[in-house]
Amino acid sequence: MQSAISLSLSPSSSITRSDCSVAANAYLCTPRSLRFCGLRRKVFESKSFHSLKVSTRLVPCSRESNFNKVCAALQSNGTPSKGGFDYDLVIIGAGVGGHGAALHAVEKGLKTAIIEGDVIGGTCVNRGCVPSKALLAVSGRMRELQNEHHMKSFGLQVAAAGYDRQGVADHANNLASKIRSNLTNSMKALGVDILTGTGTILGPQKLKFGKGGSGDTFVTAKDIIIATGSVPLVPKGIEVDGKSVITSDHALKLEFVPEWIAIVGSGYIGLEFSDVYTALGSEVTFIEALDQLMPGFDPEIGKLAQRVLINPRKIDYHTGVFASKITPAKDGKPVIIELIDAKTKEPKGTVEVDAALIATGRAPFTQGLGLENINVQTQRGFVPVDERMRVIDANGMLVPHLYCIGDANGKLMLAHAASAQGISVVEQVSGNDHVLNHLSIPAACFTHPEISMVGLTEPQAREKAEKEGFEMSITKTSFKANTKALAENEGEGLAKLIYRPDTGEILGVHIFGMHAADLIHEASNAIAMGTRIQDLKFAVHAHPTLSEVLDELFKSAKVKVNSSSPIAQPVAV
Amino acid sequence: MSQLLHTTFVPTTSPSLRRPLTRTAHNPTWALQIHSKIREIFMPALSSTMTEGKIVSWIKSEGEKLSKGDSVVVVESDKADMDVESFYDGYLAAIMVEEGHSVPIGSPIALLAESEDEIAAALAQKTSSSSAITTPNPAPAPAPDSITSDDTPSAITSANVSSRSSVANGAMGSSVHPASEGGKRVVASPYAKKLAKEYGVDLIGLVGSGPNGRIVAKDVEEAAAAKASAGGASEAAKSSTVGAALELGSVVPFTTMQSAVSRNMLESLAVPTFRVGYTITTDALDALYKKIKSKGVTMTAILAKATALALVKHPIVNSSCRDGKSFTYNSSINIAVAVAIDGGLITPVLQDADKIDIYSLSRKWKELVDKARAKQLQPHEYNTGTFTLSNLGMFGVDRFDAILPPGTGAIMAVGASQPTLVGTKDGRIGLKNQMQVNVTADHRVVYGADLAAFLQTLAKIIEDPKDLTL
Repeated sequence: MQSAISLSLSPSSSITRSDCSVAANAYLCTPRSLRFCGLRRKVFESKSFHSLKVSTRLVPCSRESNFNKVCAALQSNGTPSKGGFDYDLVIIGAGVGGHGAALHAVEKGLKTAIIEGDVIGGTCVNRGCVPSKALLAVSGRMRELQNEHHMKSFGLQVAAAGYDRQGVADHANNLASKIRSNLTNSMKALGVDILTGTGTILGPQKLKFGKGGSGDTFVTAKDIIIATGSVPLVPKGIEVDGKSVITSDHALKLEFVPEWIAIVGSGYIGLEFSDVYTALGSEVTFIEALDQLMPGFDPEIGKLAQRVLINPRKIDYHTGVFASKITPAKDGKPVIIELIDAKTKEPKGTVEVDAALIATGRAPFTQGLGLENINVQTQRGFVPVDERMRVIDANGMLVPHLYCIGDANGKLMLAHAASAQGISVVEQVSGNDHVLNHLSIPAACFTHPEISMVGLTEPQAREKAEKEGFEMSITKTSFKANTKALAENEGEGLAKLIYRPDTGEILGVHIFGMHAADLIHEASNAIAMGTRIQDLKFAVHAHPTLSEVLDELFKSAKVKVNSSSPIAQPVAV
Repeated sequence: MSQLLHTTFVPTTSPSLRRPLTRTAHNPTWALQIHSKIREIFMPALSSTMTEGKIVSWIKSEGEKLSKGDSVVVVESDKADMDVESFYDGYLAAIMVEEGHSVPIGSPIALLAESEDEIAAALAQKTSSSSAITTPNPAPAPAPDSITSDDTPSAITSANVSSRSSVANGAMGSSVHPASEGGKRVVASPYAKKLAKEYGVDLIGLVGSGPNGRIVAKDVEEAAAAKASAGGASEAAKSSTVGAALELGSVVPFTTMQSAVSRNMLESLAVPTFRVGYTITTDALDALYKKIKSKGVTMTAILAKATALALVKHPIVNSSCRDGKSFTYNSSINIAVAVAIDGGLITPVLQDADKIDIYSLSRKWKELVDKARAKQLQPHEYNTGTFTLSNLGMFGVDRFDAILPPGTGAIMAVGASQPTLVGTKDGRIGLKNQMQVNVTADHRVVYGADLAAFLQTLAKIIEDPKDLTL
């Protein structure tokens, strides 16, 4: 989580640690997205269930593809089941969450439509994890090439490395376009109806979409999923001009690389951007409302990360302070940030920088959804839901046939969490009860090296152990003992396992080190499947791989029970 | 880690204190009864296979206040670097094992004093207990007497704050000054602050050259360089007194480095050398130096670059005679520059000086000199020279003669640039800055005409130095 600013937003904010929020801000048609709206308007006109006429504006190739799609729709996106609805399922918002739900719904034989008012792919694909990974891929290489010592230890000689800002920015933009078209095509291939415009709920199982006004189209659906996502949160007092005071939306376009940038918030988003900016030559000042940097991480991992990702880099920080007022640069004056103490609210001076990035978290995008029509009151913008993502109305009653997934419900603001929630909902509406275990959802921060985690942090686990009266143990392994990591000259890293020695249950795993984000899944899968450590100890890992870090971690755990797996039949080889 | 380290801070005084857990509450009178509470910090066992640990870095410095849970030191075990935390409040009185050194687990690595008053006692204990420590430790400013007698925690805290305020000014986060300080605000970039802390430069006196007068890294580096040269002067003064303190009438054997110099000097007698001198006007060069000095360019780098560019046109002067039968034409132009270091002489090498731009060359030079002083030069950084420069101009020497290092073809001795009255061709008399250079070369490969032509080219480059900054 970014800071106390967003902590105050929601009771569930301890899990709003998202760099990658889901679903699009369906109601904002920013100028940037206009061309995509135009593109999809064609799609809509040719695809609308009201008229299948092909717009004359369509170029021949797209006419063909649309034609194919209609056929595909007839094949795979089935006809609505009984009850007289237009659709079995309508999803509002085509971000990663909506996309995951739509794909699973088609697989389950539901006639599905998805409403999108902005660009397909939502925040993650267009303004979040996807373009930021492109920038981080560049920054990782820059960092490596600039590290003469690192190169020398490989015996490599590299002349002064430089970069072309526009080239870097283009890489990020191209990646987003590519992923967006992949996402769009995957839905088209399955015949999901993509309906363009703003979706509004009119009543139970009834909604409209369009550009507003009389042109709106009314549809009915057996079940509705809200997946409208979130937008960057800008605390009051901060004036975002998109040039010198920016949010992640602007920063990802990398329109300029300031000499000195202040990053407000040291959570995932802030940390990743500090990695990008320092690799490209900027100096960074973190402004964090809590008393320590990286408040959402396990304290030990945070400390190590600070020693590797902050201290040796051109970064300083102010902790325990709010940015009460930020004035963009103008008339030759720099960006001026006024600080106040986070607790006493006393002035703590000012910081003058070339640019400021607001990374204080994300706010749900739920306005204009028509929630008042079904008596649902948002809580600080979030749609209240139960553990099955069923929407709860103002009287605390479940609203039938209405679900909310992803950043809009604020349970866990991560793209893959939204998708998992969407799949869970589709399971339920297809008749299989399903409750998603949020503790099995991994999270990752793509700095160099990466940070990843699943389950509880050490303090959380300690609290739980005390409350429920069980014993808790911790074991750690280092990347320094791993052959592959040493071959890569990347021995800096730590993997930490928090577990119950009495049952072998994994409570949490935290990794800081090379490819940590890829390594976490062994642990998250084990948590999701309920696999115990005593069984994991017998799993074989290829040598030499980074995965052996986890192998060693599981093997170093001291579990008091023996393996529960039944004696397998011998397999001849 | 906490479980592992719980026993690492053990008090060294009265036996009753050996079980720190018995201490329940902070009691000032109790504190007075104990003569001094100085705990030793031991090298912790961070893993089951660890036998010794290396101090990677001290996070806290001597005299700094510690709170329970603060990270004090980073220790490298056989597996990982780990932060070691303090389990007591107090002051880091003395560091007994410097960064980079390894000690077995259980060895004391530092002393922790309960209060600031006890730091001096801890220092005394340190010097008495370990004579091996040679680095002098600046004694922290003792607290005023009034506070020593009035042993209340709050008084100690305030004394602590006041005595450390000057340190805090250089620390990170110092750019935030309350607006009430008016014009005294310091605006410095994060890296500038980091460097200031590293070099011990006070940001308050600095003039920033960044946007809006902000202090940037370059400003701190310049200030640090100025400070170092001032410090170098005092050091030189010190070494001259040291020279006077040499025990006369004694015989002192050569150090390894001095033996190597002696060997090389004898070897050089087998080479038939000759010398050619040249006077070069440096007005244009001085002007250029003035212009780019602020970018960190040094005179040594400029001379090396000029020489390298001249050598490009005269590869023969960059050649050498290895076996007495052939020319060895070197593929790269590596300029070795003689540097006097404590008790000896070394020639760090600027490799490919003709290809590297003047700014990178200056940075490289700074790095090499630092390494030379720290005696950390790698062999390829001092023995790959193809042409050597020796400059005594900074001492006011106007001309001298250098001995050719074996394995190279030529060495150039550079004198001081001095204002000189010269007659010009149009019959006038003018004042020009001139310096004398004198090249010693191996006549088996480099002949008189070669050197003459080389010096003419060099003079042209120095007298019209625009190509140097390309």
